[in-house]
Amino acid sequence: MPTLIKDGKVERNDWTLLKTATGPEILSAVPGKNFIVPLQFWRNYQAEISEYSGEFALWLDSHENVNDIAEEVHSFPLIALNFPAFADGRSYTNARELRERLGYQGEIRAIGDVLRDQLYLMSRCGFNAFELRHDQDADVCLAAFEDFHTNYQGTVVEPLPLFRRR
Amino acid sequence: MNTPGIVYNASLCLYVNGTMYSYDNYDHQMLSDRVAQFRGQTERYLDGKLSDAEFLPLRLQNGLYVQRMAPMLRIAVPYGMLSSRQLRQLAMIARDYDKGYAHFTTRQNVQFNWPELEEVPDILAHLADVEMHAIQTSGNCIRNTTTDQFAGVSPDEIEDARPYCEIIRQWSTFHPEFAFLPRKFKIAVCGTKEDQAATQVHDIGIYIVQNAEGETGFRILAGGGLGRTPVIGQEVFPFVAKVDLLTALEAIMRVYNREGRRDNKYKARIKILVRETGLEAFREKVMHEWELIKDGPQTLTEEEIERCKAFFVDPDYQTLEDNPTVLQSALSSNALFASWYEQNVKAHKKSGYSIVTVSMKATGVAPGDVTDQQLDYLAELAEQYSFGEVRVTHHQNVVLADVRQDQLFELWEKLRSKALSSHNLDLLTDIICCPGGDFCALANAKSIPIAESIQRKFADFKELQSIGDLRINISGCMNACGHHHVGNIGILGVDKKGEEFYQVSLGGSSRNEASLGKIIGPAFAQDEIPLVIEKLVAVYKDKRTDGEKFIDTYNRIGIDPFKEVVYANAD
Ligand code: SF4
Repeated sequence: MPTLIKDGKVERNDWTLLKTATGPEILSAVPGKNFIVPLQFWRNYQAEISEYSGEFALWLDSHENVNDIAEEVHSFPLIALNFPAFADGRSYTNARELRERLGYQGEIRAIGDVLRDQLYLMSRCGFNAFELRHDQDADVCLAAFEDFHTNYQGTVVEPLPLFRRR
Repeated sequence: MNTPGIVYNASLCLYVNGTMYSYDNYDHQMLSDRVAQFRGQTERYLDGKLSDAEFLPLRLQNGLYVQRMAPMLRIAVPYGMLSSRQLRQLAMIARDYDKGYAHFTTRQNVQFNWPELEEVPDILAHLADVEMHAIQTSGNCIRNTTTDQFAGVSPDEIEDARPYCEIIRQWSTFHPEFAFLPRKFKIAVCGTKEDQAATQVHDIGIYIVQNAEGETGFRILAGGGLGRTPVIGQEVFPFVAKVDLLTALEAIMRVYNREGRRDNKYKARIKILVRETGLEAFREKVMHEWELIKDGPQTLTEEEIERCKAFFVDPDYQTLEDNPTVLQSALSSNALFASWYEQNVKAHKKSGYSIVTVSMKATGVAPGDVTDQQLDYLAELAEQYSFGEVRVTHHQNVVLADVRQDQLFELWEKLRSKALSSHNLDLLTDIICCPGGDFCALANAKSIPIAESIQRKFADFKELQSIGDLRINISGCMNACGHHHVGNIGILGVDKKGEEFYQVSLGGSSRNEASLGKIIGPAFAQDEIPLVIEKLVAVYKDKRTDGEKFIDTYNRIGIDPFKEVVYANAD
């Protein structure tokens, strides 16, 4: 099980991530779980979902746009944004828009190719939870949040840019 | 080698004189955090805890390439300004960590070609001591912002671009949303009427303009670029107020980060996105993003603009006359000095002062190469003659921007004593050239020897002067680091069945009337090139009317007359 860092602490992960190829039969097979489902799953299996006993969250891939779910986002306790490769930077924009345009207050979780050296950037864009790639050392990763003491830009964590704080 | 310490206290770093941005505690803190971060990353890499692929973008964002021969470290020179102190530090690094050389690039950066990976964190710490860094000088992120090398001293300026370059530098440094863009991203700002910053061929090009109400602001273009598919940028914002600069840029970046192509690295630049989306649709998307952030906290404040402007005020100019008698008599008695004066000295906004460009294009020296001793010497000259500062140009030369006219002769004699007095500025032998096959792993062909063979062919200064303004640019491959598309004559190294050939194009320009060169025909072998250039020049000299530059003649008569002559006896 990959390690989860949430709000600066290593935590147990009690959500199960469903891959894109998964069908609705999974729901009857394992009752009472908390699932993070892909957007297509959410759109296609509303009937099965409404009958299910566990909770649901959503994950978006990097080519999907959070603005397409602007209406629904607030009903989810958690939205996960995928990094298919750590060098694919689109989910940074999705995270910021989720916080800044849509005003989303729930958990934003980074999933996929989530590595130590990107955690600081992710946190500034509004991610507060990080499902680390299996080979990452969580303790080493915790130090990443301290990489810099201050920043020039305003972001989700510190909305005022440095020039308004100097 | 000692591990250098980092200076935290800005008060220790104040320059004696000068008109550069100077760091405060925040800037110093960020830089030292960055050095520490990269030191950790390098250690983890050397320990085998970071893979090559994972270390790659981290080292690139710290300016470190791995080249054919050795790693190459590219250092940012924000808007091309260097103080004497910084020059001396670069000289020290060239001496102690390299083979006694540094290289000025075509984007106002400095490169070292032989550092050891293990020592790079130390080099970065030495740079941090003098408020320099290698942040975001490569990789798929926002690169060093460039401007006209005459910013602040040019007589035809609307406003000095450097404060805005500094504002953009800070905004783009470690921007968390834009650290992993589809591809590299370059921004240029131009505040002069005569554009020397090649602004229109940048991913974003910014012109300082005045609107009908006389208010100063920015005209913003996007989608320009060289490389495989050269394009001139298109207007996205005809006019934005000064305070809206960063939100406008952020809106463009956001659309690009989200929608720029990531499936094919050759189609990943913003120019392709603008083309495939269509300018109107692209603009609409940008406006949609802009609405969200416009007038938000990222909006610049008048105070911040003033704060940054205050770093770029005029140095202590004296009240002096133009054309002092010492200058006049030197000009009439020394013909060599007079040629240099005519070619390398430009008008200054302040009477009694001149702008001097020191050509780094002496024949036989790779364009842009400079030794540690030359760097030290330039530092000394800058202190004696130009308020302790120099500027690096896109043309790989060095500018002393504030030289008293009554000291020009003295300065020239000193330059001459160190072989720095080439008077070929903007002439045919002032060639822009990438490192090419001698240094660069991506090259199809060598470029430095081509430059040299052309320089040797045109050794006669009278002849050069009679040819006048003619810009030659050479790139060793499609990546176009030598900007061959915008050379009046462009030369591109190509690979033909394992052999090095050179494709020649005509009619490019990076000036206000920017244009991209047209390929003249089949490529040439290396030893044919000097002769080809000679033939092209002969056509120009034959067809030109009075006062017409090469590019003007070309624009008037087209490519055919050139083609006919060049290929006439091809076999
Ligand atoms: S143009 Fe090609 S050969 Fe020249 S420096 Fe750039 S990548 Fe290397």
